Amino acid sequence: MRSFHYERAATPEAAVRNFDTADARFIAGGTNLLDLMKLQVETPGKLVDISRLDFAGVEDAEDGGLLIGALVPNSDLAADPRVVARYEVLARALLAGASGQLRNKATTGGNLLQRTRCYYFYDLHSPCNKREPGSGCSAIGGENRILAVLGTSENCIATHPSDMAVAMRALDATVVTLKRDGDRRRIALADFYRLPGDTPQIETVLESGELITHVALPPVREGSRQAYRKVRDRASYAFALVSVAGVVRMEDGSIAEARLAFGGLGPMPWRDVAVEQALVGQPPSPALFERAADILLADAQGQGTNDFKIPLARRTLAATLRDLTEAR
Amino acid sequence: MQFTINGQRREADVDVRTTLLDLLREHLALTGSKKGCDHGQCGACTVLVNGRRINSCLTLAVMHQDDEITTIEGLGSPERLHSLQAAFVAHDGYQCGYCTPGQICSAVGMLGEVAAGWGSHVSADLSSPGLNTDEIAERMSGNLCRCAAYPNIRAAIAEVGADHASAAATSARREGVSA
Ligand SMILES: Cc1cc2nc3c(=O)[nH]c(=O)nc-3n(C[C@H](O)[C@H](O)[C@H](O)COP(=O)(O)OP(=O)(O)OC[C@H]3O[C@@H](n4cnc5c(N)ncnc54)[C@H](O)[C@@H]3O)c2cc1C
Ligand code: SF4
Ligand code: FES
Ligand code: FES
Repeated sequence: MRSFHYERAATPEAAVRNFDTADARFIAGGTNLLDLMKLQVETPGKLVDISRLDFAGVEDAEDGGLLIGALVPNSDLAADPRVVARYEVLARALLAGASGQLRNKATTGGNLLQRTRCYYFYDLHSPCNKREPGSGCSAIGGENRILAVLGTSENCIATHPSDMAVAMRALDATVVTLKRDGDRRRIALADFYRLPGDTPQIETVLESGELITHVALPPVREGSRQAYRKVRDRASYAFALVSVAGVVRMEDGSIAEARLAFGGLGPMPWRDVAVEQALVGQPPSPALFERAADILLADAQGQGTNDFKIPLARRTLAATLRDLTEAR
Repeated sequence: MQFTINGQRREADVDVRTTLLDLLREHLALTGSKKGCDHGQCGACTVLVNGRRINSCLTLAVMHQDDEITTIEGLGSPERLHSLQAAFVAHDGYQCGYCTPGQICSAVGMLGEVAAGWGSHVSADLSSPGLNTDEIAERMSGNLCRCAAYPNIRAAIAEVGADHASAAATSARREGVSA
């Protein structure tokens, strides 16, 4: 690990103020940042420790939703009785991620900002446009089993690895931030991540030194069913090959509302309104689920060893929709 | 820097880069906590911080100066074993023993999580999880064992978990509360 200056911030204002060099980084749980620093994929000159800031609680929001502090550990969020009762898809996604030890440390803000698990990104000896812009992409034509089939570019095919963010995408979450100039912003999670395009090193719309303070969840309509289905290489403690977060409401035997987000398929938690529009107003059937998958995967592009993700996504979507729509 | 480890104040002159695991092993001679992967993947380095289990390899010592840190050395001693240490011996919950301190610290934290009512990936009902073999396997999945002593590890934890549950039921009965 390269040496760095360390400062613990006492207030959010001090945290953004202390972020006074381009090579500074906030550290929260540290479970991703330190991993990358040990490998010298990340070499910050300064660490601003935000782990003691007062954002470790979950509050009821005025609109009937929840306001989640950026420092709430993943395990506490999954166990919060309001999350269990009203946002089960989020609790399930969190519990499907990492391990008990990691969830105790990993924070809400850090989880959103964790970097890709692309093997080449972690290997300083391989070209990687995300780590070293312009050096090339080793995963295209290389080992890409865990990488993306949607939203990729010729410069990068990495996936976003988070489970939590997939559930939050289905729940229409909003990220609340504090900028260096003292302004606060609310950014819909839909607008938070960026596609790789020509700049795969830029993953979100956050500015340098912009601090995530909260994530806001709007209320879910009564009578909705929620599910998170994760397919992975082991029964536990592995990243998603494909995952689906679904929130579905039925009325008179037809789908009245459907919100679906996908993990393991794209460079960001993936959502496609056309898929949802195709489902709404229709009675559930295997043929309908096939049509939804056709829309989702129309532009999907395999890279060789990840081709299997396309049929896997089709089947995982159908299985999730079956669970969420069948009469009980 | 000053730390509270196993109930004692300890001081060490360390670089800010030092992980909590390296502080324990290299600077304070607490070598019970093991380094398997140094990347949060194996659980050999698991310790308790303010009663919660974490991977000590993926956190900086400097971030834990105000915390209560408990390592395997603080749980029990050869003369006075912690109930989980005794259960691992009784059930032969190891072969080489390298993962064992992490398994035991993790199990202590895990049983606390169950007592607090936390659900897991395999709980059908997240608000009232029980503790069966599947639950133990899922909740302990962050602790790998190269020797694959998993059946006996699960048996050791199940025994202590059942004792916890019956102790809780007994004290509830004593207080006149029905479980
Ligand atoms: C072995 C292993 C297995 C894993 N498996 C899974 C899995 O199956 N599913 C899954 O979803 N995740 C998994 N993870 C990843 C884990 O969820 C993340 O490492 C964790 O969520 C990151 O949170 P943190 O608080 O530790 O972030 P940190 O490491 O502290 O920070 C990560 C990044 O976010 C920035 N940051 C943190 N907080 C803020 C903030 N408030 N404002 C602005 N910037 C901020 C930091 O500067 C840094 O760049 C795994 C990790 C490991 C090591
Ligand atoms: S897919 Fe992206 S992260 Fe992986 S090697 Fe290519 S550029 Fe790097
Ligand atoms: S040494 Fe910490 S998890 Fe392997
Ligand atoms: S007993 Fe050898 S690694 Fe677990």
